[in-house]
Amino acid sequence: MPQMIIANRLRDGAIVFLAQNEGWEQAIAAGTLIDSEADATRLMAVAKRHEVECQVIDPQLIEVELKDGQPRPTAIREAIRAFGPTVRTDLTEV
Amino acid sequence: MYRYDEFDARFVNERVAQFRRQVKRRLAGELTEDQFRPLRLMNGLYLQLHAYMLRINVPYGTLSSKQMRKFAYLARNYDKNFGHFTTRQNLQFNWIKLEQVPDILQHLADVEVTGIQSSGNCVRNITADQYAGRAKDELEDPRVYCELLRQYSFLHPEFSYLPRKFKIAVTGSPNDRAAVAVHDIGLRMHKNEQGRVGFEVLVGGGLGRTPYIGQTIRKWLAPEHLLSYVESILRIYNMQGRRDNIHKARIKIIVNQMGIDKYRELVDEDWEFTKNGVLKVPDDEVARINTYFAPPQYESLADQTEMLAKIRSGDRAFDRWVRGNVIEHKVPGYAIVNISLKAPGKVPGDITADKMDAVADLADRHSMGEIRVTHRQNLVLVDVKQSELYELWHKLVALELATPNLGLLTDIICCPGLDFCALANARSIPIAQDISHAFTDLDELQKIGQFTINISGCMNACGHHHVGHIGILGVDKRGEEFFQLTLGGSSDQNASLGDRLGPGLPQADVPAAIRKIVDTYLVIRQPNERFLDTYRRVGIEPFKTAVYGAESQAA
Repeated sequence: MPQMIIANRLRDGAIVFLAQNEGWEQAIAAGTLIDSEADATRLMAVAKRHEVECQVIDPQLIEVELKDGQPRPTAIREAIRAFGPTVRTDLTEV
Repeated sequence: MYRYDEFDARFVNERVAQFRRQVKRRLAGELTEDQFRPLRLMNGLYLQLHAYMLRINVPYGTLSSKQMRKFAYLARNYDKNFGHFTTRQNLQFNWIKLEQVPDILQHLADVEVTGIQSSGNCVRNITADQYAGRAKDELEDPRVYCELLRQYSFLHPEFSYLPRKFKIAVTGSPNDRAAVAVHDIGLRMHKNEQGRVGFEVLVGGGLGRTPYIGQTIRKWLAPEHLLSYVESILRIYNMQGRRDNIHKARIKIIVNQMGIDKYRELVDEDWEFTKNGVLKVPDDEVARINTYFAPPQYESLADQTEMLAKIRSGDRAFDRWVRGNVIEHKVPGYAIVNISLKAPGKVPGDITADKMDAVADLADRHSMGEIRVTHRQNLVLVDVKQSELYELWHKLVALELATPNLGLLTDIICCPGLDFCALANARSIPIAQDISHAFTDLDELQKIGQFTINISGCMNACGHHHVGHIGILGVDKRGEEFFQLTLGGSSDQNASLGDRLGPGLPQADVPAAIRKIVDTYLVIRQPNERFLDTYRRVGIEPFKTAVYGAESQAA
C-alpha cells in the first residue's frame, strides 16, 4: 500500500504533506506517494531534517489508498487530519 | 466580578511578553519542540489534529460581556469564527496559529483572561455552580472561595509540578450542579450543627480510565481553614502520588490504594502544623474578595407570576422555554435564563463569533453584563428581570439560541472527539448530532423528562460519560469506531458511575439503542420517576434485553 508523510507545520500547526520537491503542501493531492521502503527511509530522513530545522512537527509515514486516483489515508484519524473535521467539512482549506 | 489587582495585571502582561520571546525563539529554531512544549502548555497551548488549540480559563464559569466580546473578536480574527465551551467551563479555540498566539494572549490579558494553568500538572481552572450567587437554594456564593483558591494556587511553587493535573470544584448549594464528586477535590458548602456554613471536603473523585466517586475526607471544614487544609491534601498527594505511571498518577489512585482513613490521617498530621499559620484566611480578606462578587443593585420588584402565566397561556413555545430553560432567582422579580448550545444537529458547546457578540449584547441589555458558562456546555444569563423574559426570548429565538431542551435528552455533553482531539479514539460529535436528530419532538422530550447523555471520544472522559444517565464512550476496534453505553451514572449530590450495558455498537446503531432504552423506560417508569430513578429501581437487565435482545441474557 502506498504511503505519504504527514506533519503539522510549525508556524501555524496546519496539516501538511511532503511533496515531490521536498517542500510541504497543505493539499494531500500535492503530497508525494511513496511506494518503496527505500523511498520511505530517504524521505523520512528529509522530513526529520525539516523537523530539526523547525519547519514541521512530528512527521509520520501514513498508509494511503487511491480512490479515483486521489490519495486517502486508510486510518480514520489521518483521514480527518487530511480532510478536516467530519462535522465541519466547510472549514477545510484543502 | 473579580478584577485583577496591580500585581495580577503586571504578572499576566509580563507572561505574555515572556511567551512572545519564547515563540520567537521556537520559530527561529533556537528551541526544539521538546523544549518548547512545556512552555506552550503552561500557557494553555496544545497541538491538536488540525492546528494549535488554545484553552482559555473562565474562572468558576463567570464571564463579563466585555470578555465574551473579546472571545468573539479572537474567533473572528484569529480562528475560524467559532469557539468551543468545555466541560471545565473553559473556552477552546481550535485553529490557532503559533505565530499569532502572543498577540492573542495580549488581547486576553487586556480583558483579564489567561490560558495559564489550563494545562500541565498543576491546579487547573477552579469550577463552580453556574448559578453561584443567584440560586435560590444556595447557602453562600462559592466563587469567593474559588477565587481565594485560584489566587493561592496560581503559580504556587510547591504545586506547579504535581504528579498529574488537579481539578477542584465548589458548590454552595445542596443541589450539586458542579459535579464536585468527580473532582480531585470537591467542596460542598453546608451548615454544621451550630448553623455555621463550612465545607464538606471530598477527595479522590475523578473520571478517566479509572473512575471514582470522591470520598469525604472531612465532614465540615471551617472556611478560614480552607487554604491550609487544601494545601495539606495537595502536599500529601505531591509526596505520595505516583510519577512512574501516568495512568496511576491522579490523586484518586493513591487515595483509593491507601484508603481514605489513611489519607485523612496523613493530611491531618500535616495540617496540624499549618492550620493556624499564615494560611488561616483573615476575615477581612474574605470580605475584600466578597466585594467583587457582591450582587448587583437589584430593583425592588415583585414576582411577575400572573403576567407571565398570561403570556405563557397564549404562547406555547414561550411557555415551553420558560418551563425548561428559566430557573428561579433568589431575588423576587428576577430570573435565571439558560441558553442552550444544543440546537438540533449542532455541535454541543460550539458558538459562532456573531452569537458570542449577540449574547454579550443580551447580557448588557438584560442581565447586568454578566454571563456564566456551565460544565454542561451551555451559557447562562443570571440576572434577567421577569418582565423582560418575553422580549429576551424573542431575541434568542431569532438567534437560534432558544432551544428549550435544558436538562432534557438532547442537552448532551460531548467532547470534541476524534474530529479535533489528538487523544481521541473515536468521533463523539456525530453521535451527539445523530441523537439530537432522532429526538426532535419537543413534546416527546418533555415527556421523557430529565435525562443526561454524556459522550466521550476516549477513556480520558472529558465528556463525563461515566456520570451520564446514559454514557457513551467511543473506542477503536481494529481501526473501526465503536461506542460502549453505560447506564445509571450521575454527577449530582447522589453521584454514581454508570454500569456498562454490553458490547460496543457501531455508530449507525447508537440512536436506535438510545430509542430502545428510552422506550423501555417509558413503559416501566412509575409516576414522577426520572430515567435515573427507574434505572436505580429496576437495574440494567430490562435495558440490556431491549438493546441486545433476550438471547444476549443467556449468552
